[in-house]
Amino acid sequence: MAKTIAFVLVRLIATLFAVTFLTFLMVSLLPGDPVDTILGTGPRAPGIEEQIREDLDLDDPFFVRYVAWLGDAVTGDLGTSYVTDQPVSDTIRQRLPVTAQLAFMSIVISVLIAIPVGVLGAYKQGKWPDTVTSAGVQVALSIPNFIFGIFLIWLFAVQLNWLPSSNWNRLSDGVGDNLKTAILPAVSLALAQMALFSRLVRSDMIATLRENYILSARAKGMSDRYILFRHALRPSSLSLMTIVGISFGALLGGTVIIEQLFAVPGLGFSLVAAINGRDILVIQGITVFIAVVFVVVNTIVDLLYAVLDPRIRRK
Amino acid sequence: MATVDGDAEIFAEDSVLVVAGSTVVQSVDDFVVPDGVKQKRTTPWGVFREMPFLVKLGTIWLLFVLFSAIYAQLDTRVFNGSLPLADPNLQLNGFNASTGTFGDREPLESPSWAHPLGTDALARDTLARAMHGAYVSVTVAIVSVMCGVVIGGLLGSLVGYVRGKTETVLMAMIDVLLAFPALVLLLALISLFEVRDLFVISMIIGLLSIPAYTRVSRANSLAISNREFVLAAQAIGTKRWTILRREIIPNVLPTLLAYAMVAAAAVVVVEGSLSFLGLSVQLPTSSWGNMINQARRDIKVNFGQILYPSVILTLTVLALNQVGDFFQRRSAFRGSSL
Repeated sequence: MAKTIAFVLVRLIATLFAVTFLTFLMVSLLPGDPVDTILGTGPRAPGIEEQIREDLDLDDPFFVRYVAWLGDAVTGDLGTSYVTDQPVSDTIRQRLPVTAQLAFMSIVISVLIAIPVGVLGAYKQGKWPDTVTSAGVQVALSIPNFIFGIFLIWLFAVQLNWLPSSNWNRLSDGVGDNLKTAILPAVSLALAQMALFSRLVRSDMIATLRENYILSARAKGMSDRYILFRHALRPSSLSLMTIVGISFGALLGGTVIIEQLFAVPGLGFSLVAAINGRDILVIQGITVFIAVVFVVVNTIVDLLYAVLDPRIRRK
Repeated sequence: MATVDGDAEIFAEDSVLVVAGSTVVQSVDDFVVPDGVKQKRTTPWGVFREMPFLVKLGTIWLLFVLFSAIYAQLDTRVFNGSLPLADPNLQLNGFNASTGTFGDREPLESPSWAHPLGTDALARDTLARAMHGAYVSVTVAIVSVMCGVVIGGLLGSLVGYVRGKTETVLMAMIDVLLAFPALVLLLALISLFEVRDLFVISMIIGLLSIPAYTRVSRANSLAISNREFVLAAQAIGTKRWTILRREIIPNVLPTLLAYAMVAAAAVVVVEGSLSFLGLSVQLPTSSWGNMINQARRDIKVNFGQILYPSVILTLTVLALNQVGDFFQRRSAFRGSSL
């Protein structure tokens, strides 16, 4: 167990180094003078070129710059945007809660739908409820989330006029108002996750239902519902938890398109804005931030899995 | 060191594959050939007849998309627009200098015989734009699959058979690359280097999907390396390279190609997303993603213009998934029946 944890931590550190290095390398490989790339072709304030050159240590060798940048990044200093004059870390701090809320809501929605659907599919394996839900899952997995999002906008905003088609109300403006703007993007993100989770629950449950202890519970005359949700679901929830964790990490980066579609001011929205404004430092900062969160979340999931599953724990 | 390796094994098999940043696709295990796969010579027509009805439909749809892409390209590149298909960039309500007349179509027209999918906001023929868009999706899918199968397949088959330090180092690198959220990496790469060329975009997507292919082919190669025919070949002193070429790779390939179809589905979605954000091919070149994005402004007036490219994209993804699943089940089924 101690060895497992040590191995995971060593791998985490190595991966973090690799991820930060790759991001930094990518920006350093940009053709041309970085100052020109950052400032664009517009008019320049006097002295700003020298300022940038000094801020970014552009005259130092690559590895010196990387170490200096990494040192700053560890303390939360990702530089200051030359486009908006705002520290990149402030942008992330303001935008992260929005993206995290969307990711959290979509995970909750998808788990709430996926568990009953998956359990039903396993319970009625091979019969028509299973066939119908499995086909639904196949289709849901194939619909790109932005297309589903547009369809939701058309249905609920244009046709029914129940919900706004875009925009964002902060949580501080009231939970009801916030939910009105958050529900459509969250549901669009939830579709594919829901399909993935329910497929996992179904196949896990089918395996669990063949176990002897299920047979003995049945022999004792316990109700099907009790067996399904108390005896069978619990061991199956372990792998569900793993994939939920991974999905949460992936969603932080995966919300980019949905945030753009619904004009939700989250991390992805800032990323696209930075891309359109050629705001190199913000692109670099958000990329490295999302990558680090993704890697850390995956590591936590790995560790939790090792702690919770006795088969791995004993190794 | 041995125990640490063992632990690495556990985590490797438990994790899931992410192709170019789209949703988590499937576990590695789904694409590993079980013991006892025998190659049986079958014709393409025989395989087609084996397919369930819906998979047949999917195959026909994919062939249709491929045909559309080729036809649209032939029309503009070889026949100079003389084939029966509207010019995808001609605004049909505009002034035509050669005839001295104005076009007879309005923007956002409903489907008609002359324009089966209607016209878009600039009065361009939507069917023609969709067929030219097919070329973008087909190119991205084919180029990235080639990258993945050739490079990832070779690397994976090699280290799965040879093992040793090479394998440890390569798989550690692969793990690091898979740890990157690929969509964000892709966005950063394409935006920073201002890539707008279709082939370069396809190559980048292809390179980013190599790690996943390597994982799949290594897992298969590991399983096949322990089979009797490989041991027999080793026993009679066949060279390692020959065994790799003649025994391992031909057996890895079928499952890898099944995986490639599922991966291609993910790649088509990724390209659609990039186009939707305006970060793929540049207008006026059409792709399904940018058609959807452009039609978005007129969602209240004409939903059809959003609907057609959306349905086409979704059907293509669905078909790729179904056909890929079929081939994967087929190789697994043939294995288990022996």
